[in-house]
Amino acid sequence: MNKMRRPSRRESLPGLLFASPALLWLVAFFAAPLLAMVAVSLRDGTTGQYGIGNFVQVFTEKAYTDALFNSLTLTAVVTLASLVLAYPLAYSIASLRSARMQRLALTFAVLPFWTSYVVRSYAWLLVLAPTGPLNSVLLAIGLIHTPLRLAYSTTATEIGFVHFFIMLDTLTIYASLVQINPRLALAARDLGASALRTFLSVTLPLSLPGIAVGAFLTIVLCIGDYVTPQILGGMRAIVLPQTVMMQIQKHLDLPMASAMSLVLTVVMALAYLTLYRFLKTGEPGR
Amino acid sequence: MNTSQKRGAGGWKQLACKGLTAAYMAACFCFIFAPVAVLVLFSFQDGRLPVPPFHGPTLHWYAQALANDRLLSAMGHSFLVGAGSAFLSVVLGFLAAYGLARYRFRGQTLVRSILVLPMAVSYLIVGMGLLVMASWLNIAPSLWLVCISHVVINMPLAFAICSAQFNPAQVRMEMAAGDLGASLPRVLLQITVPMMAPALSAAFILCFTLSWDEFLTAFLLSRFDITLPVAIWGLLRGGLNPQTNAIGSMVFFGAAALALGAEYLMFRKKSS
Repeated sequence: MNKMRRPSRRESLPGLLFASPALLWLVAFFAAPLLAMVAVSLRDGTTGQYGIGNFVQVFTEKAYTDALFNSLTLTAVVTLASLVLAYPLAYSIASLRSARMQRLALTFAVLPFWTSYVVRSYAWLLVLAPTGPLNSVLLAIGLIHTPLRLAYSTTATEIGFVHFFIMLDTLTIYASLVQINPRLALAARDLGASALRTFLSVTLPLSLPGIAVGAFLTIVLCIGDYVTPQILGGMRAIVLPQTVMMQIQKHLDLPMASAMSLVLTVVMALAYLTLYRFLKTGEPGR
Repeated sequence: MNTSQKRGAGGWKQLACKGLTAAYMAACFCFIFAPVAVLVLFSFQDGRLPVPPFHGPTLHWYAQALANDRLLSAMGHSFLVGAGSAFLSVVLGFLAAYGLARYRFRGQTLVRSILVLPMAVSYLIVGMGLLVMASWLNIAPSLWLVCISHVVINMPLAFAICSAQFNPAQVRMEMAAGDLGASLPRVLLQITVPMMAPALSAAFILCFTLSWDEFLTAFLLSRFDITLPVAIWGLLRGGLNPQTNAIGSMVFFGAAALALGAEYLMFRKKSS
């Protein structure tokens, strides 16, 4: 008898068996640690008693609410700015004539992805330094007369983030732009819609999945990042991951750090739920 | 005449539009490449500060970076962690993708979403979780923990890449091999793995690059043996230094070459 499997046969065991090493790995090293984190977050760092004290502290103590607020505003600014700047770039790349040119432009647009993550922020520090290239150029062409103090500020953090997420958003938006059937836009034009109207009511809605994926990835990666604000931000407007790391390194307070990390996770889950419905809409022909 | 005038106006408009598009693209590329260009240029700086004015080329800082024992041993650790975690990620991800592609079973959607879940969670959470668990179990931070965390982070990616490359046409080959008497492990190793080789190597390279570059969990979960990003982080405390530029440029060229290689593998697979 033929012992090979056909895709249609309904047997749960072999399929699960193949997936089980991966599942077990995630249970042991992802799910269990998360549960441990939840348990620890409910413990008071000094008295060892269980309760929701840490979470109350996150939402009442000024240092923490400030950090949460800074995280949220930074993420909002970065997400919006990256999308607004990346969309025209993705659109321009998608409207290049030959597929080869598009591929080449896209490859180049994301090449700096491969600078080391820590080094990328450092490189921005160089660009934005008082004697750095940006200030030198601006001074030379007479646009400014004293060097801008950009390094070590929230603006620097935003620039560093936007640089990274422009590349990411360009990828996701481009991916959904090239999937749109060009005939839809042509049909809209034939039926008398202006170029702007065609874009607003055909192309833009159909590219929403790419926007949503980009926005989601930006939110998750931006709100959880420690390196960029730590290197570029100059400790001015401290964000939540920075306070988490401070709890770990300076105060050795794992319960508090866990509580704050869980708050971050909830924010990410909310972002996912908000954007989820956009991830599935916009299939061509709908 | 009227029509030709119209066409003329339209032509100008189109030309202006094209010019604007080109200008915007050029501006974006300038922005995107600015930090890389500055990083690489001033790694050749003949002076103590990696900022203008440029004093002319020297390889001094590369020599210094390559003579830095801390950086070199960190590079070795990164290589081990990268190769080990990428190998495990690809094996686990491949097996899971195989199980889900070739069998139908209840709860399949659930299994699939569990397997990609870590992609939606930030590295900080993965690292924090493992740190909490390790301190609970009294396990000291080590490269093993870093490796484990990198498999958690990268395995979903390997799984997704493999899943995307499985197709029904391959099933017929596997069935033919089975009919000719090959056992299931033999079919997997001699038929499926070679057929999937491009996807597997692309997944391996990507996982390796991401692990090589990962900072946050490596920072949280290691103490004495550190990986390269953590060592670079240590260098940054000394302020602006062309040696950091040199090591950063080397890492960039290495990673970019690997990434382009992975893309080439995937692209070749698609077009064949």
